Amino acid sequence: MSEKLSYREAMREALRSALRRDPRVFLMGEDVGRYGGSYAVSLGLLEEFGAERIRDAPLSELGFVGAGIGAALGGLRPIVEIMTVNFSLLALDQLVNTAAALRHMTGGQLHVPLVVRMATGAGRQLAAQHSHSLEGWYAHVPGLRVLAPATVADARGMLWPALEDPDPVLIFEHAQLYNVEEPASSAVGDVDIRRAHVRRAGRDLTLIAYGGMLPRTLAAAGQLAAEGIDAEVVDLRVLRPLDATTVLESVRRTHRAVIVDEEWRSGSFAAEVSARIMEQAFYDLDAPVARVCAAEVPVPYAKHLEDAALPQLPAIVAAARSVLGARPA
Amino acid sequence: MIEFRLPSLGADMDQGTLLEWRVRPGDVVKKGDVLALVDTTKAAIDVECWHPGTVLDLVVAPGQTVAVGTVMARLLEPGEDPATVPPATPVAAVAAVTAPAAASAAPALAAVAPPAARQPVSPAARRRATELGVALETIVGTGPGGAVSLRDVEDAATRKTTPRDRSQEIRGTIAAAMSRAKREIPHYYLSDDVPLGTATEWLRRTNAGRPVSERLLIAALYLRAVALAAVRHPAMNGWFVDGAFRPSAAVHVGMAISLRGGGLIAPAIHAVEQLSLADTMRALSDVVSRARAGRLRREELTEATITLTNLGDDSVTAVHGIIAPPQVALVGAGQVSERPWVVGGQVVAMPAVTLTLAADHRVSDGHAGARFLADIAAQLQRPEAL
Repeated sequence: MSEKLSYREAMREALRSALRRDPRVFLMGEDVGRYGGSYAVSLGLLEEFGAERIRDAPLSELGFVGAGIGAALGGLRPIVEIMTVNFSLLALDQLVNTAAALRHMTGGQLHVPLVVRMATGAGRQLAAQHSHSLEGWYAHVPGLRVLAPATVADARGMLWPALEDPDPVLIFEHAQLYNVEEPASSAVGDVDIRRAHVRRAGRDLTLIAYGGMLPRTLAAAGQLAAEGIDAEVVDLRVLRPLDATTVLESVRRTHRAVIVDEEWRSGSFAAEVSARIMEQAFYDLDAPVARVCAAEVPVPYAKHLEDAALPQLPAIVAAARSVLGARPA
Repeated sequence: MIEFRLPSLGADMDQGTLLEWRVRPGDVVKKGDVLALVDTTKAAIDVECWHPGTVLDLVVAPGQTVAVGTVMARLLEPGEDPATVPPATPVAAVAAVTAPAAASAAPALAAVAPPAARQPVSPAARRRATELGVALETIVGTGPGGAVSLRDVEDAATRKTTPRDRSQEIRGTIAAAMSRAKREIPHYYLSDDVPLGTATEWLRRTNAGRPVSERLLIAALYLRAVALAAVRHPAMNGWFVDGAFRPSAAVHVGMAISLRGGGLIAPAIHAVEQLSLADTMRALSDVVSRARAGRLRREELTEATITLTNLGDDSVTAVHGIIAPPQVALVGAGQVSERPWVVGGQVVAMPAVTLTLAADHRVSDGHAGARFLADIAAQLQRPEAL
């Protein structure tokens, strides 16, 4: 029957499976061993695989990400966990100046087969130093592949293809998704980490989201359906390299697009998606592209302020209505 | 340089379609000459110019629909050097929704519309319009911000094959004007049975010696009686505009004329108080035939100061009408029929009509209305003086 699997368990299963499958794979990060990971993703793995392969790292992102790069260059397949994207800024030099650049700086002689996992996003009252969505910054950097699994199946199926990539891959796990459950039967097999995915087919407009915004966007599509508006939902899931083809094909069918992104609007990933649509599907557009993004403030601690700062369902529904004008298409 | 702009040809008009030019560049025109024939929702109307001059260029092309206030042509003033005139800017056709021309349909040229902004059209709609050969300027957009959307273009392409239904448009115009009247004007109603024995006998005798084409109708007597009474009762004659009543010295009587295709129109017969009865009759015949042909002049549609509606052919006793804004009174006449009437203690068969008055209580009261109605009745007892 329909046994449930959570996003957290799916990620743990993906780790367990990779650790079993390839002896070069190991997990390293703050509190990943004895504590079981700050989001309990690696709970029990220390007991199962031992301290050689589940390694607690000192509180130095710059240090342990650098160590991961060294291990990857040395022939291992390290998975480095960083608690949140906010803390990854401490390792920005290793990620951008080293991991992303080495292949190009060496004319292809050196590859860095490193996988870095980190939590992103707000909604848990963790305030301005643990809640931001900065994946768009990494998606700016050539040499990195940036993944944003939004479903249990993608959490289960993206890690192994990421490990098979000879170059660095960053996986952004939205902290609000860890408790999301889906039937275990849906999480089988590897996922194509080159393609976006249409989560819901529709005729009237395209809602574009990724990561933590996907469930909310699907809920908005459900509400719009009750009003007779048939929204298509595209889950980007790969932020770099962006699968523009899937996005453009959808917009060419629906002629309208709303991008939902938990980042701040200015310079957001949504801005990039919007620009691609404008550049490549301008004559197919029947309304200006709309964006639903976070308020441009550091994410507040207070619950009501945090809620107010984030893209919520009513705002998505309102944006969808606005691009439809006076009447549904 | 003189800019010839599309005037408002009625309080409810905010755009018009140029049907044809009656002049060409280089023509010398004087004040009152007809320059263009313009189609409104009510009728095709000759539009005159207000200044003498020489036509320099025609800015709007026949078939184009433009907002009220749009420069349609440019004229050189007498003695003006064309070299000093800058080139004309192309005209934006009517876009999206034009704000309803407010009640202040002041005399002559109404408020000049702001220069039309670029019509918002979605990229997809623009491409589709080209494919389908649809003129975007004829489309009212329903997309975000009033932009023309794909569906608007496709709808317009479907509509293009359907001929324009003027009776439908007239119905809409009447609906708007009458709804506004009932919303805004606190009407009061009076009626009076008026003996017409003297008037009908006088008409019979007068017409007996005339060719058919010059015979007088009772409606001409009503027109004159209303006009002469209105001069003495200024609270019945004029416009209520911007919260205040503006009486009119002249009495331009709007004559309600039913149209063959349905609907009605009430063009003004100007300064009826100064016309002879024969001239009144000629003006009435002229305006009725032109109204039914859909060829009325601008000022006929905009300048009435009081309305007369005569349902005498329809075998009704009385008509309780709705005032045509911004006017403040409407006189109605039912059928002339013989009724039992007491004359000198005897009951006699007397031709009589029930005259009614619908008047605006913001401007006048029942007492004033009653005196106005009595004045009309008194005029009708002396047809030879009309």
